[in-house]
Amino acid sequence: MSVDGFLQRLRSEGRIVVVGASLAGLRAAETLRAEGFTGTLTLIGDEPYEPYDRPPLSKQVLLGRASAEHTALPRRRAIDAEWRLGVPATGLDMAAKRVRLADGDEVPYDRLLIATGVRARPWPNEAEAGLDGVFVLRTRDDAVALQRRLAEEPRRVFVIGAGFTGSEIASACHERGLPVTVAERGDAPLVGALGGVVGRVAAELQREHGVDLRTGVMVTRLEGDSAGRVRAAHLSDGSEVEADVVVVSLGATRNTEWLAGSGLGAGPRGIACDAGCRAFDIRGIVTDDIFVAGDVARSPHPLFGYQFLSLEHWGNAVSQAEIAAHNMLSDSVDRRPHMWVPAFWSSQFGVSIKSVGVPSMGTEILIAQGALAERRFTGVYGYQGRVIGAVTFDQTRWLEFYQHLIETTAPFPPPFPTVDRRSDGQRPLPADFPDPSVPTHGPTVTLSGYSPADRRITFTPGRH
Amino acid sequence: MTQASLLRQIIDYSNRPNPYPLYAELRNTPVVREPDGAYVVSTYWEIESLLHDPRVSSDARNLSVPPTDDLSEPEAQSALPPSFIRLDPPEHDRLRRMANRSFGPPHSPRRINDMRGELAEIVTGLIDGIGDTSRFDLVDQFSYPFPVTVICRLLGVPREDEPRFRTWVDTLVTGLDPRRGDDEAERNRVSNEARTQLGMYLAGLVEERRKKPGDDMLSQLTTGTHGADGSMTTIEVITTSVLLLIAGHETTVNLITNGMLTLLRHPEVLQRLREDPAYSVPIVEELLRYEPPVQLLPNRTVLTDVDICGVTIPKGASLWLVVASGNRDPKRFSDPETFDPDRGDIQHLGFGSGIHSCFGAPLARLEAQLALSELARRLDNPRLLEDPPEYRQSAVLRGPRHLALACDGIRP
Repeated sequence: MSVDGFLQRLRSEGRIVVVGASLAGLRAAETLRAEGFTGTLTLIGDEPYEPYDRPPLSKQVLLGRASAEHTALPRRRAIDAEWRLGVPATGLDMAAKRVRLADGDEVPYDRLLIATGVRARPWPNEAEAGLDGVFVLRTRDDAVALQRRLAEEPRRVFVIGAGFTGSEIASACHERGLPVTVAERGDAPLVGALGGVVGRVAAELQREHGVDLRTGVMVTRLEGDSAGRVRAAHLSDGSEVEADVVVVSLGATRNTEWLAGSGLGAGPRGIACDAGCRAFDIRGIVTDDIFVAGDVARSPHPLFGYQFLSLEHWGNAVSQAEIAAHNMLSDSVDRRPHMWVPAFWSSQFGVSIKSVGVPSMGTEILIAQGALAERRFTGVYGYQGRVIGAVTFDQTRWLEFYQHLIETTAPFPPPFPTVDRRSDGQRPLPADFPDPSVPTHGPTVTLSGYSPADRRITFTPGRH
Repeated sequence: MTQASLLRQIIDYSNRPNPYPLYAELRNTPVVREPDGAYVVSTYWEIESLLHDPRVSSDARNLSVPPTDDLSEPEAQSALPPSFIRLDPPEHDRLRRMANRSFGPPHSPRRINDMRGELAEIVTGLIDGIGDTSRFDLVDQFSYPFPVTVICRLLGVPREDEPRFRTWVDTLVTGLDPRRGDDEAERNRVSNEARTQLGMYLAGLVEERRKKPGDDMLSQLTTGTHGADGSMTTIEVITTSVLLLIAGHETTVNLITNGMLTLLRHPEVLQRLREDPAYSVPIVEELLRYEPPVQLLPNRTVLTDVDICGVTIPKGASLWLVVASGNRDPKRFSDPETFDPDRGDIQHLGFGSGIHSCFGAPLARLEAQLALSELARRLDNPRLLEDPPEYRQSAVLRGPRHLALACDGIRP
């Protein structure tokens, strides 16, 4: 049997299973049909909803301007799929080519696409996380619950973590006229993604809008009242903030547990795959029939030193899903690499923030256009003499140019004048990212010494 | 045939009805240097990247060579300073932002949509007024009066003053037209004179609005404050409203006329539109690609040497971006010479791109959608009496001067 014959049969009567019924899963399914796949297509999702869009959840939905029920993703075409919604996948048998479901069913496949994404990292103390009034924000249900509570006009909202989601939640609270406190263990909001120079702008932005922003602190404990409702948060600086709503925004965890023991190269950091979205098994061998796409995938990127990048970006999910779907149905020479340049956007406190490349790899930043003081600027990140990332605050229309500089490994600092000659930026500044070698999460323990006899334990307290 | 002569042919009036074969030839060399030192860019990706390139300036003061006859810059020597279309950041951003406050989101998100009923009424009135259905001129009776009425209402300019400002606007638009060989100095003088006259006329209106503001844009520009941006000076209000008044109708008239012409050449599309007015949305997008009212942008320059497609465009050189050619670049669009409203992928350059992308795009889209769907619905068996029709002079703002039509009657 020739490979060609196999592909032909796969296209006409094969079985393709997509685990993860969200943006990446849906776009992959549409691409499969668009490319002529006429076999059986099954979409498995742990939530009971058809694929929906997440960006509105932390913005319009929290503001009460859009309802979470109306966030269903627009369909590009009919996909004629068998939907298994509300049933999580619980296991994978690679040898038998079957996906196990929570209801005991098993679904056989010829090609599998894993797009299970990420979930919100919960508050680590389960008892405290279970208090009434403690929320995370990732799913449609999360957004509905939080929106409902915000509509009851709590006296104060407490947000743990000032990354993008946390900052957007704070912005929504501000816009609803609710007092809000944000606690961030770093020195400024967004500091992990964009560095201290831009983080300080974000901090001013929050404070000017009346946000009670506490930086350099950690939350040590959430306290409930006798009825089991959250009433206060205790901070590492000894202070206490009374709040009746707490939103935990501590980033995301990858949904890979269901693959434990399957032999697939899946772990807490995602599922490793090649540039063509084919998953690796634990032996480092690329699989032929298992593909990954979206937030759960980790793939090597030549522009960024072949690092395995895992991107929680909307555009990445779409592009990777399209590539994975195409490659599933293609001969090796017709496969395409996923070479998406990372890009994301956020909108908070009336400012539109967009970024391309990997700013967090940058060691320096140049404000190439606009001015930090006006909060309308383009920041370009440099790494070892080349442009590696860029961010704009309310200057989106220039971003494409800087993306091109990143794609062509242009020199940093850029050697040319721009139309905006007033810019702060004839000179690069240190980008001021937190030192990755300094523990920020909290106290850690390190071991030193070689022999069991002289091994010493060193305790490093948290930074603050 | 040399490349230089291609651009001459494009500008030559005799090729106005169909410049597209010339654009196709032009694209064989994506970046061409003209004998006078100007650079002509004709392919989609190159134009698109230059429109987003912060080394490309719209400010005529950055040209190393003063504008020549090709590039007459009436605004450069005018008594009035340039409007934001001819400025760079941060001045451009500030003025455009302030103008946008009374036009679009986030401060006036519904302004354009709220005009829907009013626009429909104007359209109905104009179609009702078509007297002789055996022969009428779509331009004079519909495509021109419609957007003029709309921009006058939006800005708060009395519609009955139209004959006055039409003379000045016509002169100004003629001044924009790149032609070779005529008396450049005289043309600039006439253009400047017209722009000053138009400015003085608008200054009078500004004075009235200052005393007695209405809910029109002119009043809002005059009396509004814009947060950190402060408020517009009187001169800024005048330059901005000159721009909006001209750009608000000189382009839409062509979009509507080009649109009707194209539909009559594609009866199956016209028929589908007659049955489904919502089809006007993709039709207008495809028109903006296929027959864009603004064919080329001749007013940019580079602040430093810029390499593109293996050519170095030297600092201060003037730059012509032929957007209508980019819109038919086969490297960007499949089957680009076909008018196909059903194409899924349509990121055209009809409204430009980057910070100068068309300010009035939402209004132009709505006007054209309403106009074409109503014309399709109400004209019974419309026919072209002349094909190709007589074109306007301008190679930049290209469109028919007259479009002679006939139909069997006007449906209610």
